[in-house]
Amino acid sequence: MSDPILQLTDVKTHFPITQGFLLKRHIGTVKAVDGVNLTVRRGEVLGLVGESGCGKSTLARTILQLVPTTGGTVVLNGRNLADASARELLAARRDLQMVFQDPYASLNPRMTVFATLAEPLFVHGVCPPAEVPARVAELMRIVGLAPRFMQKYPHEFSGGQRQRIAIARALALKPKVIVADEPVSALDVSIQAQILNLLAHLTKQMNLTLIFIAHDLSVVKHISDRIAVMYLGKIVELGLAADVIDRPRHPYTRALVSAIPTPNPDIERTRQRIVLAGDPPSPINPPSGCAFHPRCAYARAECENAVPPLIADSPDREVACVRLSEIS
Amino acid sequence: MPLLSVHDLRTHFHTRNGIYRAVDGVSFSIERGETLGIVGESGSGKSVTCYSIMGLIPQPPGRIVSGTAMFDGVDLLHCSPAEARAIRGKRVAMIFQDPMTSLNPYLRVSEQLIEPLLIHEKISRRDALSRALAMLDAVGINDAAKRIHYYPHEFSGGMRQRVMIAMALITKPEVLIADEPTTALDVTVQAQILELIKKMQQELGMAVVFITHDLGVVSGLCDRVQVMYAGRIVETADTRTLFHAPRHPYTRALQRSIPALQSKGVELYTIPGLPPDVSKTSPGCAFAPRCEFASARCTVGIPELTACSPTHSHACLRVQAGEI
Repeated sequence: MSDPILQLTDVKTHFPITQGFLLKRHIGTVKAVDGVNLTVRRGEVLGLVGESGCGKSTLARTILQLVPTTGGTVVLNGRNLADASARELLAARRDLQMVFQDPYASLNPRMTVFATLAEPLFVHGVCPPAEVPARVAELMRIVGLAPRFMQKYPHEFSGGQRQRIAIARALALKPKVIVADEPVSALDVSIQAQILNLLAHLTKQMNLTLIFIAHDLSVVKHISDRIAVMYLGKIVELGLAADVIDRPRHPYTRALVSAIPTPNPDIERTRQRIVLAGDPPSPINPPSGCAFHPRCAYARAECENAVPPLIADSPDREVACVRLSEIS
Repeated sequence: MPLLSVHDLRTHFHTRNGIYRAVDGVSFSIERGETLGIVGESGSGKSVTCYSIMGLIPQPPGRIVSGTAMFDGVDLLHCSPAEARAIRGKRVAMIFQDPMTSLNPYLRVSEQLIEPLLIHEKISRRDALSRALAMLDAVGINDAAKRIHYYPHEFSGGMRQRVMIAMALITKPEVLIADEPTTALDVTVQAQILELIKKMQQELGMAVVFITHDLGVVSGLCDRVQVMYAGRIVETADTRTLFHAPRHPYTRALQRSIPALQSKGVELYTIPGLPPDVSKTSPGCAFAPRCEFASARCTVGIPELTACSPTHSHACLRVQAGEI
């Protein structure tokens, strides 16, 4: 369980902001991911949560090298992907696949299910052409779709079924790691449960490592072994899933957890909620020091000066807050 | 007498692919100062219900086939346009899901805020502006005097939703219809907006109809909840009863399928099949094809919403017969 399959060291993904048409001037930088250290263990489900704009999707894309890394290393199975050649990346993506949020946008409307699922098999030449139909049928069965729908187009399926196709496509190459970027956010509650069950089942059965991104904390808690909480491009808290949600330590995690409405009227009416003031700050011009300090109830002068490092607080728990021992 | 009472509302959409019965016989009422939650999955008709009351259904293709919506002695669905205009936007106001598309990007926020005042009240521009300013302050926008002259794109999502709320509340409405006002927002911002709606409700004493698909939001905010499925109300009860003692199989199934109510890691209950296609009529209960308790009787007649206690009604034949 403890052997690392994916190791991120000081990963930074910055996007330049330019102005002008022909003579582009560099006027700023969006620091979408700014110094993330993370070790993903083989066979675990790692949940990644945070508000929109905190960089969780960019981090996912950085892991797959869909966006270029500005700094740091992404090491998968001992190979650094950040400076890998196109050929090496192609090979690495056999082990590393992605499921996107919106199954309406991530499937090509002009490709049948068969074409969609067969494409990765052909590109990587993993099985002889004659065996492709059988493999596609098997993939469809794995995700709970009847193989007789093979020649249908995405528009003939519902949202939940499309997400199953997207998951089947990610499984086609028998990857070791799957990054799922908000795979259930676009789905209704009853359909969401089906996809969550499917993902939980698949990771166990196929010994997959899953990086599961979502903004719904109850969903993340349900499926994950560990949870990493992101705020403005950095991880602020990391720990065992139930522990992070039930006993949050970082002031931001506390506020985030307290903001989720629970479907229990008795609890909901009596509990005190920490309502954060203001909006998340802009990653173009992040606050100095701890990025959370302008909204933090415990902020002191020292929080404005230095960026707090992610420090192990107990085994299995890392928190980035300098006042941690004083506030808890 | 209830403040707003809707009776047998049916809104159908006539399209090339047939008639979509988006709302098919919905009756409910709301008292002064009460908060009513309407929950359901997408396509269950919860938004169309409220759009019909507000007269926002495009006709064609939409058609309000039957029903009445009585508000203070006036039937909103059948009154003259002038009568409707006097009520809509003044005494019954609405906020929408997406604050970016529901604010006019070409107009300064100040113009949009004072518009309802200029239409509904005899008031000078200057007085209207000062009312707008006070309202922006009340919904928690700092530096309102400066920001009132901004354009919508200069606000963040949460701030825009605050502007929308200010706009809806500026005429001190008696009913506020909120159509998924926090769905597009982050949880921390959602918490702010929910607190704001609660606070404004206490100040103005208005009734709130809150549409959402999030059972969590409903539990903290609403006095009463009704669950919609395929254009009909399948269960309605006060919030505590609905969460602790749901009767209808659909409500029960929904609660068993949300991770927040289950212990970690257990297999979630999944409702088999797909949400119904409202363009096809079924002779029986719309949920019957997906219901684990369905019997032959369920596919024959559409079950009526029947009270099992003064505050609790549901539309399930087998529960009514005491079989489940």
